[in-house]
Amino acid sequence: RPSDTLTTLKTESETLKTKLEEERAKLHDVELHQVAEKIEALGQFVMKTRRTLKGHGNKVLCMDWCKDKRRIVSSSQDGKVIVWDAFTTNKEHAVTMPCTWVMACAYAPSGCAVACGGLDNKCSVYPLSLDKNENLAAKKKSVAMHTNYLSACCFTNSDMQILTSSGDGTCALWDVESGQMLQSFHGHAADVLCLDLAPSETGNTFVSGGCDKKACVWDMRTGQCIQSFETHESDINSVRYYPSGDAFASGSDDATCRLYDLRADREVAIYSKESIIFGTSSVDFSLSGRLLFGGYNDYTINVWDVLKGTRVSILFGHENRVSTLRVSPDGTAFCSGSWDHTLRVTNRFSYARLLVNWSGSHSVITPL
Amino acid sequence: MARDMSDKDILKMELEQLQKEVKNTREPVSKTAKEICEWVEAQSAEDPLIKGVPEDKNPFREKGGCIIT
Repeated sequence: RPSDTLTTLKTESETLKTKLEEERAKLHDVELHQVAEKIEALGQFVMKTRRTLKGHGNKVLCMDWCKDKRRIVSSSQDGKVIVWDAFTTNKEHAVTMPCTWVMACAYAPSGCAVACGGLDNKCSVYPLSLDKNENLAAKKKSVAMHTNYLSACCFTNSDMQILTSSGDGTCALWDVESGQMLQSFHGHAADVLCLDLAPSETGNTFVSGGCDKKACVWDMRTGQCIQSFETHESDINSVRYYPSGDAFASGSDDATCRLYDLRADREVAIYSKESIIFGTSSVDFSLSGRLLFGGYNDYTINVWDVLKGTRVSILFGHENRVSTLRVSPDGTAFCSGSWDHTLRVTNRFSYARLLVNWSGSHSVITPL
Repeated sequence: MARDMSDKDILKMELEQLQKEVKNTREPVSKTAKEICEWVEAQSAEDPLIKGVPEDKNPFREKGGCIIT
């Protein structure tokens, strides 16, 4: 339709957007928090930071857990990528990237490699050597090439494929061994900032979020965008699938987190407060999906009751923006990374063991 | 790549996408929200960040210290 002007295209687009919202509204017969009214409220939450990982020389930008639930990979503005044992806080590996602002890093499912990238526009894979003295950079494999910065990366269900998102507005799926692009995903109108893979049981989809305020759900095999959501008022910095795969959460510079129900095809909850005015950089769910953790640019972490829409806790501790946050694979803790150069591992503080038997029976003090 | 596309091309891309999405099947929120709640309730009991982990079984507990038994 060569006669289409920008104006006619815009008008048609607006008309369709209105129609789409009308179709979605027809099935919006109740709110999530109304359905959740009968569910027992969560009690008091006391969280305690158990480990502080110090070693980065500048802002921590990204982190990921290893499937072994104890190792963590993190990347920083200073170009360093570090692999930590979070139980002992020991640094097991360190790599210096040829660029600064390593915005993305991910652990391979096998635990034998990490992927990372940033201002170099690439995603590279480093096999982790058992020999601590080996120079990891020597075995580096360049896998993905974008035409702008790498914002996020994650391995699919094996070490063989990596999904990437970029400032060039696209996402792509790559074969690690050959470096070949297997599929590309076009649809965002600006930088893509984040992505998350659907839980393996729910099939081959992933969700992405970007500077165009859109969250898109993609079919990995066809490259098609299946659904898209445009309710945020600013950049979407983080997206995370709900554990069942039927929904996803997003965090945005508009200071809200939102929940999108994929089968109802709409936003079903907004997690916000008038007092929260700084952007959300990263979000993740607890194991059951009942809690949503959000890291914010005002240095705090807010914990939300996903079903009731209320905040259950606010955590302080970081001395600068929280930039990245992930719950561990078995849900026992979460790790947050910050512009204050540190990472913190935090979990529930349980009072159970503080109860002392006062009935007079013999007590034994045992070192942990 | 979005950065290389003209405004017109971007709008065309968005239009095509909207035309597809309007035709998607959807379910009522009353049904899907109920299923989300049921799923969470079934899993909550085993969620370590909800029920907590006893200090002696906490893999991230501080090193040192004692418990009284």
